Amino acid sequence: MTTLPQKILPQDLAAAASSAGAAPLLDISNLSVSYSSRGERVRMVHEVSLSIRPGEVLAVVGESGSGKTTTAQAVIGLLAENGQIDGGSIRLDGTDIAGWSPKQFESVRGQRIGLIPQDPNNSLNPVKTIGASLSEVLRIHRWGDKRATRARVIELLTRVGIPEPEVRARQYPHELSGGMKQRVLIASAIALQPDLIIADEATSALDVTVQKRILDLLDDLRAESGTALLLVTHDLAVAADRATRVVVMKDGRVQESGRTERVLGSPRADYTRTLLRDAPSFAAGYRTPRSLPGTLSRDLPGAGETESVPEEVPGIRVTHLVQEFARGRRAEPFRAVDEVSFTVPRGTTHALVGESGSGKTTTARAVVGLVRPTTGMIEVAGQDLAALTGEAARRFRKTVQLVYQNPFSSLDPRQSIAQIIGEPLRNYGRTTAAERAAAVADSLDHVALPRVLAGRRPRELSGGQRQRVAIARALILRPEVVVLDEAVSALDVTVQAQILDLLERLQDELGLTYLFISHDLAVVRHLSHTVSVMNRGRVIESGRTADVFGSPREEYTRTLLDAIPGRTPVTAPVTATPTSPHTP
Amino acid sequence: MSYILRRLGQAVIVLLAAFTGSFLLLQALPGDALLIKFENPELGLSPDQIAAIRESYGADIPLPVQFWHALTGFLSGDFGYSVQSGTAVRDLVAEVLPDTLRLAAFGFLAAVFLAVSIAFLSTFPRLAWVRGVLRSLPSLFVSVPVFWLGIVLIQVFSFQLGLIPVINPSPAQELILPVLTLAIPISAPLAQILTRSVDDTLLQPFVAVVRAKGASRTWVLTRNVATNALLPTLTIAGILCGELIAGAVVTETVFGRAGLGRLTEQAVAHQDTPVLQTVVLVSAVVFVVVNLVVDLLYPVLDPRLTRKAGAPA
Repeated sequence: MTTLPQKILPQDLAAAASSAGAAPLLDISNLSVSYSSRGERVRMVHEVSLSIRPGEVLAVVGESGSGKTTTAQAVIGLLAENGQIDGGSIRLDGTDIAGWSPKQFESVRGQRIGLIPQDPNNSLNPVKTIGASLSEVLRIHRWGDKRATRARVIELLTRVGIPEPEVRARQYPHELSGGMKQRVLIASAIALQPDLIIADEATSALDVTVQKRILDLLDDLRAESGTALLLVTHDLAVAADRATRVVVMKDGRVQESGRTERVLGSPRADYTRTLLRDAPSFAAGYRTPRSLPGTLSRDLPGAGETESVPEEVPGIRVTHLVQEFARGRRAEPFRAVDEVSFTVPRGTTHALVGESGSGKTTTARAVVGLVRPTTGMIEVAGQDLAALTGEAARRFRKTVQLVYQNPFSSLDPRQSIAQIIGEPLRNYGRTTAAERAAAVADSLDHVALPRVLAGRRPRELSGGQRQRVAIARALILRPEVVVLDEAVSALDVTVQAQILDLLERLQDELGLTYLFISHDLAVVRHLSHTVSVMNRGRVIESGRTADVFGSPREEYTRTLLDAIPGRTPVTAPVTATPTSPHTP
Repeated sequence: MSYILRRLGQAVIVLLAAFTGSFLLLQALPGDALLIKFENPELGLSPDQIAAIRESYGADIPLPVQFWHALTGFLSGDFGYSVQSGTAVRDLVAEVLPDTLRLAAFGFLAAVFLAVSIAFLSTFPRLAWVRGVLRSLPSLFVSVPVFWLGIVLIQVFSFQLGLIPVINPSPAQELILPVLTLAIPISAPLAQILTRSVDDTLLQPFVAVVRAKGASRTWVLTRNVATNALLPTLTIAGILCGELIAGAVVTETVFGRAGLGRLTEQAVAHQDTPVLQTVVLVSAVVFVVVNLVVDLLYPVLDPRLTRKAGAPA
């Protein structure tokens, strides 16, 4: 199947003119990719053109489904089995590799193009040691003998900043943190000093502080060896900080491309403007932190007043919560949560922020009642969790619901959407199928999903739709408290903005109390009234979100805030005026 | 170390429970071996004579005492005497056990070989055209009755093709058909689980990462997928060892081979309680030992299971 370029966009010409100096390392022109499913071919990438010169950083930005990952996969010949290149060319140093066989690609992968995958937590073989996984790329390409390979592994681990490399090389992936694993994967990608590294959302799953360190490391390595970097990301802020040029994609088409300052400073495509507006860390001055219901403000720490606590029962009250985990008979128990206290007034949002390992998720699990506190008290909607046993404890779970981070793994792939949303009802008392169907339809309306989706399966839905389903499932029992554990972290900015709006609307309509767990401070600032900053199991700072973020008292809070990408000057003010001269 | 001791303790409890259960169940059966052997009207024994015989066999002692005798007997290696033949059960079992173990071991190996072949062949893209056939083999295998399979195999290989002589086969030839008969139904669930976990593993992100390093398909399958896919299969393999014993009963009967299965079949026919009790215990020991080995192998194959305690994020 041949394809004709529809039209030549002016920005392509501009990009072509600016790159006239050096021969591109990678030159994709008019690439089209389609997937076949159920006998139909669906075009996912339409006539995409982009090029990278040696040593350059090119960011491909877009939402999920924009075709950015498919484009990257085509470059390295790793399209899914049902994927197929329909037209166009991928030139690596002038050689068209678009039609290459898997066998031919084996010599390119690892050696000339390295890949840093999205989620470090499942990208390493769990039953292989770090050393074995890292040496694999060397062994595949017969880089050297055993002794040399071993030495190189240690050298690489040292280079990516892993302490005690000899010890780490003998450990297994589950013994390392996410950031550490990503360093190992980077080490593997640079092992053979490829000309091009593809980083596919390589830092999206990491904490901001870790993300910053990883991106800094990539910058260093690039400066050292002159490797070009294809940065696939949904995060405009990351692109702004790191890329020399940006390609914005939507629905498989290039919307805009050019130098980073130009694209982000004076965007020409409407879609780029939408992206800039939705990105929480870009929004000029942030949205005004939501005001607190007047009577409740006194209840908050840092509110200044010392009046007695109002009559109203708080949504959540956690007092001196301690959560310990045994570490074997001899070792001291591990204290994941240490003397944590906070109060969330009804109908408001409290955020727990901190890096992974700070104890925020453990706290959340205790609030939902999934783990029993070692000591301390948790009250949810006036109920002391410790006092609940048996049937009462089971019924209590109706009042507090949990929405998980990953909408891809928190939904049973074999159930229909209606079954997933209706399942909590089946757990609580008798309901007829008709009642459940009505409740499901109602829930779908609440989260603004079309009712026809009820019959679909999770895999037919996008990430944003899935997270809406997860929220609908949490809401069907009409809970009072919803615990959102990184509930928007895995979503694209535009979808994220929609989900945040949805959460705000639901809170206003239903008077919900949210406990919002996140490492993304920009999102937290947007949604939450009050915040607790956690580090190593302790709350180190808490108060109104505006106060804590506006004038942080603790060094740690400042580090967290500084690590947010997109705070460097490149982020030109986004005016997004509709009268922009470039608007068509 | 304490883990191993705990698992050993559990194994002993399982064995004791199996012994007690089988003892009680065998006692609860109406009639017994003595009844079948001596109360035959053709023998013309008087009720007094029968009572005397019962007494000499210890059948009139209260149950708890009988149980105690049986238990201490088993612990000291005395399994009692077969009512039917009068031979010591220990000798009966010792005589046939090697044959059955050989059959079971080869049967199991053949089943593993079949399962692995099916699972891995069906993932090769060049064999896509036979993939459907390969994937339906396990369902076919599991639905074939063992006795029928044995008869069909004899019919085809011995009588029609004449490949394996029925009369005076060599020891190797003698084994081929029974091993196949035993292996085919056992390979089915193994193949199913293995195929499934190979498929699941192939979809894991780390497999894409390995391929991005330039690994060939074979490299990915043998060095990355295999070890991961093996884990769920191992559990099933342990459970299937029980099937081996059940399969041996039918296979040995169909092929007229001496063995533990054949012994069981005859003992059941004659309600020969001491023999049955021993067979149950031998099977239980095999089952428990195999599963103990599987359990102890797990942490070796999957390092994530070595230390359970840890701090969740």
